[in-house]
Amino acid sequence: MSRFVQRPDEACAGLSEKTDSPLFDWVGFWKNRPLFLWAGPMKQTLLFLSNLTKEFDGKKVLDSLNLEILDGEFITLLGPSGCGKTTLLRMMAGFEHPDEGTIALGSRDLTHTPPEHRPLNTVFQHYALFPHMSVFDNVAYGLKMEKRPKEEIRQRVEEALAMVQLEDFSRRKPHQLSGGQQQRVAIARAVVKRPKVLLLDEPLSALDYKLRRTMQVELKRLQRELGITFVFVTHDQEEALSMSDRVVVLKDGLIQQLGTPREVYERPANLFTARFVGETNFFPGRVEQAHEEDTIIVDVFGLKRTFRKPDFPVTVGQSLHVLLRPEDIRVLAPGDDEGVAGKVVERNYKGSTLDSVIHLEDGTEVLASEFFDEDDPTFDYRLGEPVKVSWVDGWEWLLPTEPETPSEEAGTDA
Amino acid sequence: MSRWLPRTYLTLIYLLLYVPIVVLVVFSFNDSRTGYEWGGLSLRWYDALFNNRAMVQAMWNSLWLALSAATVSTLIGALTALALHRYRFRGKNVLNGMLFVVMMSPEIVLAISLLALFLLVGFQLGYVSLLLAHVTFCLPFVVITVMARLSGFDERLPEAARDLGANDFTMTRTVLIPVIMPALLAGWLLGFTLSLDDVVVSTFVSGPSYEILPLRIYSMVRVGLKPEVNALGTLLLVFSLVMLMLSQWILLRSKR
Repeated sequence: MSRFVQRPDEACAGLSEKTDSPLFDWVGFWKNRPLFLWAGPMKQTLLFLSNLTKEFDGKKVLDSLNLEILDGEFITLLGPSGCGKTTLLRMMAGFEHPDEGTIALGSRDLTHTPPEHRPLNTVFQHYALFPHMSVFDNVAYGLKMEKRPKEEIRQRVEEALAMVQLEDFSRRKPHQLSGGQQQRVAIARAVVKRPKVLLLDEPLSALDYKLRRTMQVELKRLQRELGITFVFVTHDQEEALSMSDRVVVLKDGLIQQLGTPREVYERPANLFTARFVGETNFFPGRVEQAHEEDTIIVDVFGLKRTFRKPDFPVTVGQSLHVLLRPEDIRVLAPGDDEGVAGKVVERNYKGSTLDSVIHLEDGTEVLASEFFDEDDPTFDYRLGEPVKVSWVDGWEWLLPTEPETPSEEAGTDA
Repeated sequence: MSRWLPRTYLTLIYLLLYVPIVVLVVFSFNDSRTGYEWGGLSLRWYDALFNNRAMVQAMWNSLWLALSAATVSTLIGALTALALHRYRFRGKNVLNGMLFVVMMSPEIVLAISLLALFLLVGFQLGYVSLLLAHVTFCLPFVVITVMARLSGFDERLPEAARDLGANDFTMTRTVLIPVIMPALLAGWLLGFTLSLDDVVVSTFVSGPSYEILPLRIYSMVRVGLKPEVNALGTLLLVFSLVMLMLSQWILLRSKR
């Protein structure tokens, strides 16, 4: 059975076709279709990272970090440079050793296992292809180290190269390939060993925008086909949101938030996540009334709006942040009854959306992103045009105010 | 006029560089005893050269010495370069600086100090003393050549090899050495040439048991210029041209 060519949806197709046959081998079906299990809702923890701490020259890069990575998931470590995401990945690969804490794969402790004995493989940021070897030899390297028979190596390398659509390039040297092709070789070289986990260290950062988008789709397809766990490191929040099953937002060696892309984007756990992931409008709010069962009334720019009660405790008179994504903003005519008055100071045509910056009367800047309407394809703003800003109640997200200093901000919300 | 001047200038420079060599090559085929008159084409000096047993012996001695000195200094130099490149240790800068001191110090100083050392420890002057001396002055050149290559070496390559299941030894064998191979070859060739034509240091540290070519030629020339020397010079010239082309060919191939 080849793992490379099987797709989860094919496994599902097999199920619907064959269930009515009384001779159907159920045991064999489940045994031979690990992908089907992986695709299912029952996900087990594969990699346990517990209490990981690491200091470089007295600076804490990881601070008692705990993370459980599930079998078969696409998990992304997202954060600004220096947040510890690469260190964490290198620790999983075995290139760095934690000062404290353990790394375990299932029940097997890996903390002190050298990289060559870990069933994890890495796709490096700048590919790290062996320059003196052909594409074939690069991909075959890991299998040669396992001392596999020649015929098996040839077959598996060809399979892996076919998977990344490079079967015709096996005789080339890395420098004869384009960046995207080198990237594919690096991926083939890592997955040919059928690792339990594939670690990807900003693998797309050296590619141009268009190629990047293609490779994102490609990587997702590979992950579905292979069914192995992908741990992906990036500082690009868009990439993280579009590719991951779960996103880990990191800052100063602490996990800021762990959740699905939707959770991270729509319900950020703190101000850092809200600022780092996507663009956000922060409106200052003050609680007017909090005695209702599940709603509160908040004063925003003098408007009394009724919001869902947030997770954190609220008292009357407390100030809080009202977060609204640019696409949640409604720009209304200046004569409209609701909304806050302001004027357009910038407009950017983005093809599918019209992004504008609106200055409210108190000086607050509001980012708005509106889709073009089929009824009004020429819709546009003049600079200086007076408008009113509003939003649909229920689309906002509330966060408590945090102490101003950035270092404390990280500490309070981890 | 303005184009004429630089051309003349260039021609003069090239003449200055190559006329002596051309004269040497031409006169090595000269069938005359004296070096200033043409007596017709002949290979008699080559014949005389190969019948001069002491000369042939000196040639073999020199080749063997150059081969062994280049090999030993490449081995030690490559390891030194690796250590300097990969590890941080006490005295790293001192070691690095000392290599430069050996390279920059006048050859005569090196020669005298080596001789003093060998006499002090009661060393028999001969092949071994020559080898030690030659390795000493070849070493910094090898280290610098290999270090230059290592500085462009992607640090992720050893990690990638380890990640794919290679231990440190296998990684060195299959990735590190092949990648720095051009530098190792270049360093070896450099050492070979340096050793082959060294006169100053060799004069001091060689003994009667092991005569080498440069010293032999030097003593021959002192008693009068024999046309045999022209033949020998021509052979050496051809040999170094072949070596040069070989090294260029290796470098070109490794870039591919």
